[in-house]
Amino acid sequence: MNEQSTSTGTPLVKRGLAEMLKGGVIMDVVNPEQAKIAEDAGAVAVMALERVPADIRVDGGVARMSDPEMIEGIQEICTIPVMAKARIGHFVEAQILESLGVDYVDESEVLTPADETHHIDKWKFTVPFVCGATNLGEALRRISEGACMIRSKGEAGTGDVVQAVRHLRTINGDIKKLTQADSAELFEWAKQLQAPLPLVQEIAETGKLPVPLFCAGGLATPADAALAMQLGADAVFVGSGIFKSADPAPRARAIVEATTNYTDASILAKVSRGLGAPMTGIGMDELGDLKFEDRGW
Amino acid sequence: MIVGVLALQGAFQAHIDKLTDLGADAREVKRPEHLDSVDALVMPGGESTTMSMLLESSELFDPIADRLDDGMPVFGTCAGLILLSTDIEDGRPDQRSFGRLDITVKRNGYGRQVESFETDIETTVTNEPVHAVFIRAPRIMRIGDDVDVLAEARGDAVLVRSGNALGAGFHPELSSSSEIHRLFLESLAS
Repeated sequence: MNEQSTSTGTPLVKRGLAEMLKGGVIMDVVNPEQAKIAEDAGAVAVMALERVPADIRVDGGVARMSDPEMIEGIQEICTIPVMAKARIGHFVEAQILESLGVDYVDESEVLTPADETHHIDKWKFTVPFVCGATNLGEALRRISEGACMIRSKGEAGTGDVVQAVRHLRTINGDIKKLTQADSAELFEWAKQLQAPLPLVQEIAETGKLPVPLFCAGGLATPADAALAMQLGADAVFVGSGIFKSADPAPRARAIVEATTNYTDASILAKVSRGLGAPMTGIGMDELGDLKFEDRGW
Repeated sequence: MIVGVLALQGAFQAHIDKLTDLGADAREVKRPEHLDSVDALVMPGGESTTMSMLLESSELFDPIADRLDDGMPVFGTCAGLILLSTDIEDGRPDQRSFGRLDITVKRNGYGRQVESFETDIETTVTNEPVHAVFIRAPRIMRIGDDVDVLAEARGDAVLVRSGNALGAGFHPELSSSSEIHRLFLESLAS
């Protein structure tokens, strides 16, 4: 056979990994022991970070990219993809994560933003990026910057699913409306959404985002994961919800089962039994001013 | 002819879309009773460790193994190829596979995601080259005597067939061409 030319870091290759994670659970882990528990429980990927969002919320201060040594420790023990977070706009943290060989970079509002105006130009990277969004305009701006996966933001570290539901409904609701709009109305939609017209026109045609839409932020139970899936998420991120609960391993496993069998209430009932206390959480109405979801532009 | 697509996790919808576009009746297989109505099975890409666990908990592993013993045609891509192989390198000790392809595969054999790639490959079963996308792909390290190699990339076998099993290390469900799915459907008709 002839020697073929091969390309890395193409949009298809980057989006491809997101396609492979569909129907799965991506779990936040802070050390190799948790990463092992996550993989044993059937996680499709882990998010390596120093503190889960619930602790970032309590501790306050500036939250930054994790120590490379800690990320490498998790990469050594895991056979599944390892993701890591960079601050919004902090392209050097992203360069470092890429050099470590992380499989996905999350440009995340959970960390303290490094740039109040600009997100990272994600097209420049070989490693794929996931970004959060609270609405369709935000999602499309991130996609136009090169994000290959969107996650609805929810409100990380709360254990309250209400914002995740709001953001998923907002994104999918606006997509539905776009498919009803006529061609003249799409110009106004692009203006309202502050999003590039070609992307708006594409979604009006296809009825879906050009990249997978995952759900994050506040999921704590198997039922929460199934709710996100029934509302149209392609997969779920569970952060504090697992390792801030009383008994992480069985809860992690139950959330994996629920994400696969999200329409089957009898299986959901079975896997929800006897899991111990979920994370205590903090309701959105008692949250005060620190809302991660407001970060990102 | 009904083609089931193992729908526990991964890129199963992309396979269903591809098969449906080619006129096949493609359906999700999530539970043992779904297996009863299908004549063939596709195992998609995804995380093979997750799928192995869910194959056990959904009680699908043994019924699928029985059907494969009875000769049900099967097509596995990426993680699906791992599930069909006899030997897995860098897998988990508790990871089970169906052993329908006498090959050794190395999980993530080309490296991490930044090493994932796409390329055109020539095959012995299509007239035109096929576009192939490799995502943290398994690498075929050893080929058994009764396994036919239908395509290679970068010096490795990437499309193989043995008995009723077809396996690809890449993702024909992600590229615009439908040739590999057509090949599988044609093998069911004959």
